Amino acid sequence: MCEKCVNAKYVSQKISKTRWRPVSHSSLQQPDIFATGSWDNEDNKISFWSIGNHGSSGMDEGFEGDPQLLCEHKHDGDVLDLQFLDQDRIVTTSSTGAVTIFRHHQNSQTISVSQRWPRVHRYPCDNAPCTGVVCSSPEIVTVGEDGKIIVFRADQEGVIRVIENADSSTIHAVTYLRTTEILTVNSIGQLKLWDLRQQSNSPSQILSLSGDRLPLHCVDRHPNQQHIVATGGQDGMLCVWDVRQGSTPFSLMEAHSAEMWEVHFHPTNPDHLFTCSEDGSLLHWETSTHSDMPSFLQGGRNNSMISRSAMAPAGGNQSLISTWLSGDSSKGRLETTHMLPSQTLSVNSLDVLGQCLVCGTDGEAIFVNRQVPV
Amino acid sequence: MEELDVEPAITNIPAASDGKHLGFAWGPGDILAYETLYMAPGSGCSFIHEVRKDEDIYSPILRKLFNESHHIFVGLQTIREDLPSKNKKTQLVPELNYCLELSSVLVLQVSILLAIELIWNLCEVLFIDAAPAGPLLLHLLDWVRLHKGDVDEKAREVLQSESPAEHHDYWDVVVSYVLQGRFEEARQMLVKQATLQPAARNMYKLMDTLLSKMPFYNPGGTQTLTEFDVKWRHWHEEVDRCLQDNSFASNQHLEIICKILVGDEDTLLEHKELLSTWYHFLVTRLLFCHPTVKPTELHYYAQSCMTMFLDLRSVPEPLDSILLAAFEFDIHQVIKDCSIALNNWWFVAHLTDLLDHCKLLQSHNLHFGSNLREFLLLEYASGLFTHHSLWQLAVDYFDNCPEFGHVYLELQIERVPLDTERKALKVLRICEQRQMSEQVRSICKIMAMRALRNNRLGSALSWSIRAKDAAFATLISERFLQDYCARGTFSDLDLIDNLGPAMLLSDRLTFLVKYREFHKLYEENRFSEAAKLLLSLITAKIAPRSFWMTLLTDALPLLEQKEVSHSAHCALHCGFGHDLCFILQ
Repeated sequence: MCEKCVNAKYVSQKISKTRWRPVSHSSLQQPDIFATGSWDNEDNKISFWSIGNHGSSGMDEGFEGDPQLLCEHKHDGDVLDLQFLDQDRIVTTSSTGAVTIFRHHQNSQTISVSQRWPRVHRYPCDNAPCTGVVCSSPEIVTVGEDGKIIVFRADQEGVIRVIENADSSTIHAVTYLRTTEILTVNSIGQLKLWDLRQQSNSPSQILSLSGDRLPLHCVDRHPNQQHIVATGGQDGMLCVWDVRQGSTPFSLMEAHSAEMWEVHFHPTNPDHLFTCSEDGSLLHWETSTHSDMPSFLQGGRNNSMISRSAMAPAGGNQSLISTWLSGDSSKGRLETTHMLPSQTLSVNSLDVLGQCLVCGTDGEAIFVNRQVPV
Repeated sequence: MEELDVEPAITNIPAASDGKHLGFAWGPGDILAYETLYMAPGSGCSFIHEVRKDEDIYSPILRKLFNESHHIFVGLQTIREDLPSKNKKTQLVPELNYCLELSSVLVLQVSILLAIELIWNLCEVLFIDAAPAGPLLLHLLDWVRLHKGDVDEKAREVLQSESPAEHHDYWDVVVSYVLQGRFEEARQMLVKQATLQPAARNMYKLMDTLLSKMPFYNPGGTQTLTEFDVKWRHWHEEVDRCLQDNSFASNQHLEIICKILVGDEDTLLEHKELLSTWYHFLVTRLLFCHPTVKPTELHYYAQSCMTMFLDLRSVPEPLDSILLAAFEFDIHQVIKDCSIALNNWWFVAHLTDLLDHCKLLQSHNLHFGSNLREFLLLEYASGLFTHHSLWQLAVDYFDNCPEFGHVYLELQIERVPLDTERKALKVLRICEQRQMSEQVRSICKIMAMRALRNNRLGSALSWSIRAKDAAFATLISERFLQDYCARGTFSDLDLIDNLGPAMLLSDRLTFLVKYREFHKLYEENRFSEAAKLLLSLITAKIAPRSFWMTLLTDALPLLEQKEVSHSAHCALHCGFGHDLCFILQ
């Protein structure tokens, strides 16, 4: 991967979250617009940026210029999580415990607050930061430091459901496992499965690491094989779990030397995984079942890591076993590449769609790479 | 105490009334002032005024500058020590230049950035490139050209007009080009005039020849400085001859240009407006009078040029004295003057660091411990720490101050407000990476207390696990046990049932987990195991005193169970008896 493909744009705000606007499945367009949220400012903002990929086929290098700011809007409190609800709206969660839907008006390039739920996450006498959100329009699920899981519907006042005391520690992230099931990760190293159809306030399954119960910070589900989940935590280890079997992770890989903030499977090419961390690195993981090396290996820093599995794969019919779960190193090979040219301050967030990757750092910089080798 | 260099600036606090006494206290980046009743009758005032330095130094543009320069700074520190300093210079200086150009292009009104860029480029030419006589003038010419952008603008305007040679700024542009030594462009402009005046064709041809034949020193060539000097004098004489011959007498403008070429000071001074600054005058004068000027001679010319150019009445500005100090190769004076003149330590800190890395700065120790470079970096970083967002950059600067950096960091990091867990985690990571165990403990304790106050026992426990704080873990377990006694059931079972090896952090915690396990076994009717566990709990004596009665009460139903083994039965009886005596004592 050439180092020149990645340019830093300094934006005078520390970026806590960055997400691509979804592209419609029918078109083969590369993503064009992404949103960012800032943190640790006296006046935080959410912003929309464009990289100008208006349907142009990649005839030239593909990195014509910096992302351009389209519009921005003030945000009350740190933006702790951000998701696109649909093409025009994003949901953000705040350190003040509020959940807000913003609408991006493409014609006038303005942003307005579409709906707001202030102070939904709170303690008896104080606000609690709302740490994570996941949405599947119109349903929105948020989690917070108060250990609550709250379900909303866009365009509907009030909340649909609150699971009080879902967790005695902070819930750091949430994601969908199936349309009615969600996964949360918390500060004592547990992965919990919740079935939203049930009325009970306890998880249907709890999985945890077998050793030290270190906090888990991020979770993502394999796009095609819904039982495979990846998490990252305080020690920078990448864990891959099979939620159908066992209560401990399937494989553990040393990834980073500090907290891993986000982990993402590539949505259309799930043999590729991306992680970013407090240690300032962004890693691109690729598994392959072929015995020869992938041809994308070029100069730059490149680590060849072999996955260490926590236990041998269960016997039986393994014809569809994912390469992520294969504990046998001879069956598959895992390559990792550093995607940022040099050490930066913490990379807080990343998102990948098509061939484009965007990430934001505490060094107040955004990096966009339009030629991710997937 | 040393003498003051400048009079201290007076800041009025508008809200404070006249004649009142003010008390004050220093803060990390500001001063708190308040009115006192010290010996003055009357009512008190309940306000506290916060006096801060200009906040505009943290504008978005400057934030970009700070972040980019931080990136470069960190890169510079990690360059291998054995690299010759020349390599270091060539790698880092262009990056910083780009950074400065970027910022000055973006906000032209920020004159201070332009001044900084001017000073920086001059320091680069004189100190870092350290050009000897010959190339020195060429570098200085580049320097001047870089900072005089309006010539190109004017030229564009003239060239885009219908008849450039008749434009009212035409001759200004030509003369400006000549003053900057840009003879190619000057000649191209003159051609336009020449075509308009066919009668004066010979005159223009002569001027063109003179301009084209002026020798410029070629650093890469084989010509020595002496040879160049000879050639130049030869050319100079030729120009002088043209002047004496009145070759250009009929054309006032060409005559002026000829005088400039010969280095006539009065003519140069007549064009003050085009030169606009004394240092432009200096470089131009050197170009036409002393092109082989040596670095050591610079300050003579600089001083005299400044005197000639500036009005007798005008006071030299801080920028002028800084540039003069640079021409005198007095690095320390440059740094000192910049520190006073600029309201932010950014420039001097980075300049000093770069000079230090190029081994140009003799580190003389200051009265108070560290050397100059470290002092400036510490000041800069301390300023960054007072900013709500830029404090993270400061950490790397402190890391690179070997003497006091660690201490400064320890003191400052505790002041960072911890609003969210995520921020606390980042601060913790910084402390852990630097083995600041006391700060780690104190931050974890703050977060754990906060969690406890909000009844988030799991969070509190995870913070004590991080700090390996056994005492706090005990406190939390006590809370759990109290809850149990109060309500008869355990709360937060998901936590207690899934602690794993973390339960060994404190005895009380272990007891809690085991006690819960006991209850689980009992509920599952696994009485013999339950009994064994209870026995071990009693004998291990990790239970708190307040719980002994409860344990004994729990033992009672077990004694009635048939499944409990005979030995366990006896042991329980003994244990029961033993403890009963103990309690009754």
